[in-house]
Parts: sequence; structure tokens; C-alpha cells
Amino acid sequence: MSEMRDTRAGIEVRLEDLRRSYAGVTALDGLSLTLAPGELVALLGPSGCGKTTAMRLVAGLEEANSGRVMFAGKEVTGLPANKRDVGMVFQAYSLFPHMTAHQNVAFGLSLHKVGPDERKRRAGEMLELVGLSAYANRYAHQLSGGQQQRVALARALAIQPTVLLLDEPLSALDAKVRSRLRDEIRRVQLEVGTTTLFVTHDQEEALAIADRVGVMNKGRLEQLGSPTVIYSRPATPFVAEFVGLTNRLDGVVRDGEVEVRGMRLPLVQPNAANGPATALVRPEAVALAADSENVPGPLIGTVIAVSFLGATSRVTVDLGDTTILAQLPTSEASAHPAGTRVRLAIRKDPVLIAREETAPAEVN
Amino acid sequence: MSNLPPRSLGVGSGGLLLGHEAATSRGAGSPRPGSLMRTRRIKLQIFRGVVFLIMGLFFLVPIGAMFEFSTRGDTMTSPRTLEAWTAIIKVPELTDAISVSLQLAAITSIAMLVLLLPTMVWVRLRIPQLNRILEFICLLPLTVPAIALVVGMVPLYRWIGVNLSDSILTLSFAYLILVLPYTYRTLDAGLAAIDLKTLTEAARSLGAGWGTVMLRVVVPNMSSAILNACLLAVALVLGEFTMANLLNFENLQVAILYIGLVSASTSIAVAVASLVFAFVLLMILSYVGRPKDRVARAEEIPGSLVPSMTGVSVLAELVDQPK
Repeated sequence: MSEMRDTRAGIEVRLEDLRRSYAGVTALDGLSLTLAPGELVALLGPSGCGKTTAMRLVAGLEEANSGRVMFAGKEVTGLPANKRDVGMVFQAYSLFPHMTAHQNVAFGLSLHKVGPDERKRRAGEMLELVGLSAYANRYAHQLSGGQQQRVALARALAIQPTVLLLDEPLSALDAKVRSRLRDEIRRVQLEVGTTTLFVTHDQEEALAIADRVGVMNKGRLEQLGSPTVIYSRPATPFVAEFVGLTNRLDGVVRDGEVEVRGMRLPLVQPNAANGPATALVRPEAVALAADSENVPGPLIGTVIAVSFLGATSRVTVDLGDTTILAQLPTSEASAHPAGTRVRLAIRKDPVLIAREETAPAEVN
Repeated sequence: MSNLPPRSLGVGSGGLLLGHEAATSRGAGSPRPGSLMRTRRIKLQIFRGVVFLIMGLFFLVPIGAMFEFSTRGDTMTSPRTLEAWTAIIKVPELTDAISVSLQLAAITSIAMLVLLLPTMVWVRLRIPQLNRILEFICLLPLTVPAIALVVGMVPLYRWIGVNLSDSILTLSFAYLILVLPYTYRTLDAGLAAIDLKTLTEAARSLGAGWGTVMLRVVVPNMSSAILNACLLAVALVLGEFTMANLLNFENLQVAILYIGLVSASTSIAVAVASLVFAFVLLMILSYVGRPKDRVARAEEIPGSLVPSMTGVSVLAELVDQPK
């Protein structure tokens, strides 16, 4: 098994200034992205941001208006899908209904002129890789959604593709199966080492699985970086709001700082012009302390809800004119049940500001 | 509802199982809750039986009468004879006409599939906005009376007869147009039942060219629709009279008419034979198209989530029910 994986593992995939529009509507507006050999890059964004279009252009299922797709330095832009040597797993269940799981996996191998014995052996190995050897003779309708997607993954990998493309493969599954299969995809991808592009609208999924995450909006790549960077140092207000929860607090920018409810916070964008703006503050940057003095203040409020998330809890505090979310270790949050008065403190991490004209239309 | 036996809960999943279940529950012979439901099932069974009987009589009485007529002797007192039936294979004009009609049916079916299926797949995948136009074009022959179609085709066939061939097999061009509306509808339903886009894209990404996609992915997944379309084409071609007659070709129906002028009983025997042939073909196709094999294997696996019946098997079950 290992010998066949090593032959194709890890090539560089480069997308250069890809553009695509449909009937005058721009779906992809100059996307450039390089995937290092063996890397898993997740493209994350809301519906209609162009992430699936980007993947379909890499797969050859659609043609770009301009730009190039390069596999290991060789241009493949004009090649049809069946000549590109990519493996793809689709959002919709895509197993051929008239074939068993084994036949599905062997289908691509027969097209690649692999002999019957070798075909049988490789298909068996691939099903073993995804843990479905016992289901080899079942038809698609006899498999659960998760099993079908695992067979689809085995089928895509069986042909030893130069690139693996995963187009929201988990979105049709329930939450529990989704997280299990997500880990399994990552395990298999690391084992096989194929350069992989993963498209999703689920930020948790993207952050959990990818080496790097590219956040897309309106056909453009807003930010590309490791999951940690994307989450903790978002480059734009859109990224900040799309990835993770964010508090929007009104403030005023003055001399490279933003003043929010009497607190001065440093800015990610130090050159921002003075004037009113909305500061985007992560719930993790908000700390709570009990407030026994009954003196109203800008950062004093009442806990109205506590959501238990496991190790952490999310506390919603009513400040009178707005509400603010704080995410704390559960042990700390339990000291502030609903109804208690608390004093808030905001950690002095650099924050992003959003202004009306730059505020994204769609946030998560 | 909670105290109903588990079997009663399956009502919604397949009405045709009901008769079977009702029979089983009657066999148990013990009074059980849900008698209202059972009464409804029995009523449904009776209704179904009556409809089947009326429809059966509607078809069988004329066919039976035709068979009776075709086996009469020369006079009212003569004994029954199968002379008219044996004449079918003895009259060369008739055997030629049967052979030609079967060839026409085969050519028309194959040409229809080769022309229509790839076109429909292509339009659905690449230019879906043309779907309506394609549908309109394919359904158009339905609105034109055969006689009007023939009048338009006479000059065309005169030209074909002089410049290409005067063979009766050239009729398949006209028949292709004639069968379009029926076969289009059937194939359209078959295509709508599969996720064509995803399946073709999956096959393409695995390295399949368009030919492979059609033959190994699309066709096997809509075999029922293809068989049904072929059946319709065959039935239409075997029963076609107007075009062949007005274009001066002798196909089966024209031959039946001419033979009827000489021997009424032989022409009736041929008519019965062609009806029986169409019926047998229908039965064969409905059983071949039935994915019994896969369903049966699915049922062998414990805990399988497969529904016990598919659309085609339900139809077959409907036919089986009154037996």
C-alpha cells in the first residue's frame, strides 16, 4: 500500500490569478494560492464566496475566464477533468448506485488500465484504509451517509491522484459523524500525503483539519494563514467576524487606539483614521469580576445567560444598552450565575475595527 | 397508536404491502386493535380487485372475441381450426411484413436512444436553459396529426426514394419523429431520478471520458427508463399504419389490412398475435427492469436500511396482487 501512495504524494499546486464570472456576476475575482506539497489547505467562506468555484476550476469541471492552474510546475488549465488526475469527494453522495462499494473504488482503477488482480488488491486496501472492508459488497443505498463519504474518499484516493479535492464532504452528515469523519479524513490525508484542497463553510471544521486556512469573501482571498493566526490575528473585520464569535462594541478611534466604554484598546490597524468605529472584541478577551458596589458604570452589567460548553462557558452580560459575550473557564463562570452583577474587563490585545462601509454583509 | 402492533406502523411505507400484511393478520385469527385500519385495507383490496377486473375485461373480451373469430371454420357448423394461425407463417407477405416491422422497431429504438439520450444528458449538464426548448421540440409531434405529418413527408420521401434508398427501412426516420414525445418523457423521468451532475462529475474526476460516463454510469442507472422508452418505441412502430400506408410501404399493419381483404380470420389472428407479442414484451421488460437482484441481496444483510420495494417492483407487485 505504501509504495503506491509514495509515488504521487505531495506535489505543489498553484492557482494564479484565477477569474470566473457567470452571466456578469463575478464568482472568483483573481484568486492566487499555492499549496505546498502534502499540505491540506481549507478554503473557508460563506455561500457564494467563490470557494467551490475555485475547487471546480482546479478539478477541471469548469473553465476559468483567465488565470492558470499549475500542478508541480506544469500548467493544467486547459486539461479536461478526466485528464487532470485529481481525486474528488463531493458534497452530495456521489457513489455509483449500481455498483458495490468495492466496485466503486475499483472503477477509477479500471479506467487507469490497472489489471483485475491489482485492481482488486488496491480497492481492498483502500477500503481497509477507511475502515470499511466489511462493507465491500454493499451498495450505496445500504450504507449510511458517513460510510458513503468514506467509500467516496477511498475511491478518490485509489487512483493515486496528484491532488485531492474535498468539496464540503461532511456537510450532509450529522454533527457527531461529521467530527469523527473529519478526524479520519485528516488521518488518511496525513498517511497518504496527497496535497489536498478542502472547501467548507464551517469554520470549526476548517480550523480543526487544515494546515492553513484561506478565508474567502466575494470571490477574493481575504486571509491565508495557519488556523491559529486566522483565529487570533484576523487580518480583516470580515475574517474576525466569520471565524469565531465576536462582540461588536461602539467606540471612537483616537491616535492609533480605540476608546470603548472608557477603555483604550490598541488597534490591529494603527493607521486607522480618527472617528467613530466598531471595535471587534473576542469573547475570550473579556474577563468578569463580581461587582458588589451598586454603582453603575460603562463596564458593569448583569449576567443574563450562561451557556455550558464543556471546559469553558459562555456568559452573556447585559450592559443596559447592549449585550456582551464573555468566554471563561467553566469554574470561573460558575461564580457568576444568571442575575448576578459583574464588572467587565477587556484584555488589552490589539483589536480590529469595522466601519459601516467595510462591514461585511454576511457574518457567522 | 402506541398499542398497535409494529406491523401496523408500516402503512405509510408501501401501500402495496398492505394486502400481504392484511392476509397475514387475517391468518392469525385473533381480534386485534386497529380494526378500522384493517377494514380500510380490505376495502382498498376490494376496490383494487374490481378495478383490475373491469380493466381486464375491457382488454380481454375483445381479444378473446378476436381469438374466437380467428379459430372459426368456414361455416358456422364447422369445427374449430387453427388454419388462420398456421397461415401466419405460411403467407410470405406476412412473414416479410413481420420481419420488416421488427427491424423497423429495432432501428427506431436504437436510433432514438443514440440520438436522444446523449442530447438530453448534454443539455441537462451543459445548457440547462435549453431544456424547455428541447422538451417543446420533442413533444411537438404529439400535436401534429399523423396524416398531416405524412403530407409533409411525401416530397421528402420521394426525394429519399430517388436519391438514397427506396427501402422500407427508411421509414425509421419518420418513426423516430413519431416516437419522440413518448420516449422523451420516459427518459426525462429516468434522468430526473438520478443525480446526473454529481455522478458524471465523479466519473469524470476518476478519469472517465464522455463515452465511458454514458455507458458505464448513466445507462446502468436508468436502465428501467431506457427499457420503457424502447418498449414504447417498439409498441408504436409495430402498431403504426397511417404513415406506412400513405407512403406506400407495407409494414405489419398494412399487411394485416391487405390480408384481411382476402382472409379475415388470418388478419385477426395476426392482430391477436401482435397484441400478445406486445404484452409479452411489456412483461419481460418490466421484469428485466426490476432491480430485484440488488434488492434481494440488500435484504439478505441484517440491519440493512434498504426500502423493501422500489417503484418498478411496486408496479410488478400491483400486477401480482390479485392472483
